[in-house]
Amino acid sequence: MHSATVSSPSLPENQDGRWTVSIPSIEWRNPRPARKYNLVILGGGPAGVLTARAAAAWGAKVALIERNLLGGTCLNTGCIPSKTIIRTSRLYADMRNAEALGAHAPKTITVDFAAAMARMRRIRVRLSRGVSADILSAAGIDVYFGAARFAGSSTVIVADETLRFKKALIATGARPLIPSIPGLVEAGYLTHENVFELTECPRRLLVIGGGPLGCELAQALCRFGSQVTIVQKEPMFLSHEERDAAQILSEVLAREGIDVRLNTEVLRVRKQGNEKLVDLVSDDYSSTVAVDQILVGIGRSPNVESIGLETAGVHYDTDAGVRINDFLQTTNSNIYATGDVCLEHKFMHIEDASARIVVRNALFWGRERVSALTIPWCTYTDPEIAHVGMYVREAIRRGIPVKTFTVPMYDVDRAVADGEEEGFVKIHVKENSDKIIGATVVARHAGEIIDNISLAICSNIGLRRLARVIYPYPTQAAAIKMASDSYNLPRLTPVRSWLLRRWLA
Amino acid sequence: MLSNDDLLDHLQSAACGYFLRETNLANGLVADSTRVGAPASIAVVGFALSVYPVAVERGWMPREQAVERVLLTLRFFWRSSQGETGSVTGYKGFYYHFLDLQTGQRVWQSELSLIDTSLLLAGALTAAAYFTGRTNSEAEIRELADSLYRRVEWTWAQNDKTGLSQGWKPESGFLHYGWEGYNEAVLLYVLGLGSPTHPLPSTAYAAWTSTYQWENLYGYDFLYAGPLFVHQFSHAWVDFRSIRDRFMREKRSDYFENSRRATYIQREYSLRNPRGFRGYGRDCWGLTAGDGPSTEVPRADHPKHRLLGYAARGVPFGPDDGTIAPWAALASLPFAPEIALSAVRHYCERYPDMLKDYMLPSGFNPTVTGDGPQGWVSQGHFGLDQGIIVLMIENYRTQLIWKLMRDCRYIRRGLRSAGFRGGWL
Repeated sequence: MHSATVSSPSLPENQDGRWTVSIPSIEWRNPRPARKYNLVILGGGPAGVLTARAAAAWGAKVALIERNLLGGTCLNTGCIPSKTIIRTSRLYADMRNAEALGAHAPKTITVDFAAAMARMRRIRVRLSRGVSADILSAAGIDVYFGAARFAGSSTVIVADETLRFKKALIATGARPLIPSIPGLVEAGYLTHENVFELTECPRRLLVIGGGPLGCELAQALCRFGSQVTIVQKEPMFLSHEERDAAQILSEVLAREGIDVRLNTEVLRVRKQGNEKLVDLVSDDYSSTVAVDQILVGIGRSPNVESIGLETAGVHYDTDAGVRINDFLQTTNSNIYATGDVCLEHKFMHIEDASARIVVRNALFWGRERVSALTIPWCTYTDPEIAHVGMYVREAIRRGIPVKTFTVPMYDVDRAVADGEEEGFVKIHVKENSDKIIGATVVARHAGEIIDNISLAICSNIGLRRLARVIYPYPTQAAAIKMASDSYNLPRLTPVRSWLLRRWLA
Repeated sequence: MLSNDDLLDHLQSAACGYFLRETNLANGLVADSTRVGAPASIAVVGFALSVYPVAVERGWMPREQAVERVLLTLRFFWRSSQGETGSVTGYKGFYYHFLDLQTGQRVWQSELSLIDTSLLLAGALTAAAYFTGRTNSEAEIRELADSLYRRVEWTWAQNDKTGLSQGWKPESGFLHYGWEGYNEAVLLYVLGLGSPTHPLPSTAYAAWTSTYQWENLYGYDFLYAGPLFVHQFSHAWVDFRSIRDRFMREKRSDYFENSRRATYIQREYSLRNPRGFRGYGRDCWGLTAGDGPSTEVPRADHPKHRLLGYAARGVPFGPDDGTIAPWAALASLPFAPEIALSAVRHYCERYPDMLKDYMLPSGFNPTVTGDGPQGWVSQGHFGLDQGIIVLMIENYRTQLIWKLMRDCRYIRRGLRSAGFRGGWL
């Protein structure tokens, strides 16, 4: 399967005024450029907006340029809309599971997909208010709308205006990567950029790519009533994740009726009447799946084209994005990059953290390194999979011996009480020490639980000291306490045990 | 009440009976299971070749008959067709997982299987190590086993990578699955490293062990793998007591001790029984690869759950559908005899109808409706289960297979190349 990129599908018009706060009003006029900006930012997504705000708050003269919608992927077509519909889909799952929780399950459960999507749009509008052009302008940021491109090593052109800068930031983000499958474009497909514009739940859905977003949406739409098939080329499900985490999620998805096909390639797509016939092959086994919609989620491609990177002396790669060093500097030392256009992990919270690094390094001669960040992330399936720090394989690659302390969620009282026993807490420590080097949590609220371990890693708190933290009883996060208690148990060596017995005799 | 020794004798001879009955005496191939139409499994043939020495030692089979069977089998594999097309028995010295019981050709579009070829070769080398007589027949056994082993092109199976692929198909090439995490592939790697003709480099073993995960679970430190068979199958042939590779030296443990802990963890899981399945407890444990229910209706007193059929079940995260493999306790007998024997006695006393003439089924599931307290019971018997029962009981009683393989130069060479030191090595 070869990959190519296509331009973002345009978002359809809608009736609820959704975009009016994050796009320029009809009367919007780009400001008159300052003589020279301390910082010019290309891209009004999370990384760009956060950097602009922080820099402006320090008194810097900042220009923020956006060609489309302020707020970027996360707010408009990524994290927020997906989490919003996941919440509704969880409710339907709970309703169906009511008897297991000692409640009476409704005889018939009618899914109101339109209501779920309407709620999602309302929430998107509400959260987008904080990133309106007016608010950013009021914060002292010069907001420009239009396509920007570098005209030299220290100038950017936008809407026929030339902006001069001391420093610049490339935060142009990324767009969905589309596989070049014969017939796919003709048959039509969804990506995260337009899936949230669906007005009715597809009866049958094929998801190409079993990555985090694909899994999240597959499970959510399945719970809304869609018959979902996930197809991925890789032989292992969520191959970058802890094997047990992937296996647990794979089990859960199968139990909910999702057909996960690993080691499978899409050969071609054919349109037949209202349905799409997708031809698949796995080793020597061929099959065809008939679906109503196809969702593509094989990854994202950095937006590096048509912004004059060559003119500015910024090196880039169409797959990996803008080349940066550990200080987020590009090959033009006055130009920085952050966010999806250059970082391996494309998460909103990483953009937040790296935006702070950009402000310090670009404006205040800072030397902060992106590699020093402790980065957690979470896949918001049910159960969620959250991770922070190193995986075991990564540690071994670096020559660090690892020991993992494992606590299944079914041993955690609160998880049992909540009927949320699927999952575990695994904390990896450097062997013969209590230094935490990473952790994976699989739990219904893993994204919340992992915070405690992130805090410990950031604060250099070892597993032994973590055992002294008192958790209110009962909480699911107490699994961390149980893991740290396990660490302390083996420290009773035979000699120490003997001495203790003598002491207590 | 039967003594432990008498009970084990009954169980071992019953399991041995599988190989006496289910072998095609025209070519030595052994059926995968007793089910109608079952093909031959090369792994089961490997077990058969190892079972025959046990049967001779225990007086269940005359030596001449065992020699005849072993010769028949080894001659078949040596003369069988090897080639790149699908209508053969093997390729590059490896063999297809499932073969037609009569013709010996590939069936079910099965894969050219590395691990199953390893089990077959382990059996051939065991037979060669046992039949050391001066007769022409026994000399031929030794020559054939040696030739079969030397013919295997282990390095081809690396597919230009560091580690090994799991298999190959003529229609689509190498399977995209490699060996990741601790599993039954120890034997595969040891055999590959020990080859005098196409030896794997030590780096292949190091690449695989770099995917290991050392965990603390239920208070036990161990090299993690979920299904119990992973901790048992390589141990049927190799005596891992006190010999250690680099990983185990660093952990101050060994693979035998690791299997002991894995066995205790299995019992601990059953005691905790997080999914509330019927029957689980102190003497009813063993989540592993085996047969299980797939379509039966669960009992009314237990919520509906997903049934897995023939699958690899594991601890502590499943998959678990309430199915226990009773033979798994016997396969852990050398590691933890005290709890294994207790479990076996429990099966005999609590679920007598499940045993047919002392043969244990592949799996049973008391949570799923069936006749009697045992609930669903796997129909017929599987050669893998019966083979490991015979070998592990023997290793517990006399260490016969371990002793034979300790003297196998290829095993010793493979272990050393993998970095094993100490103990009998």
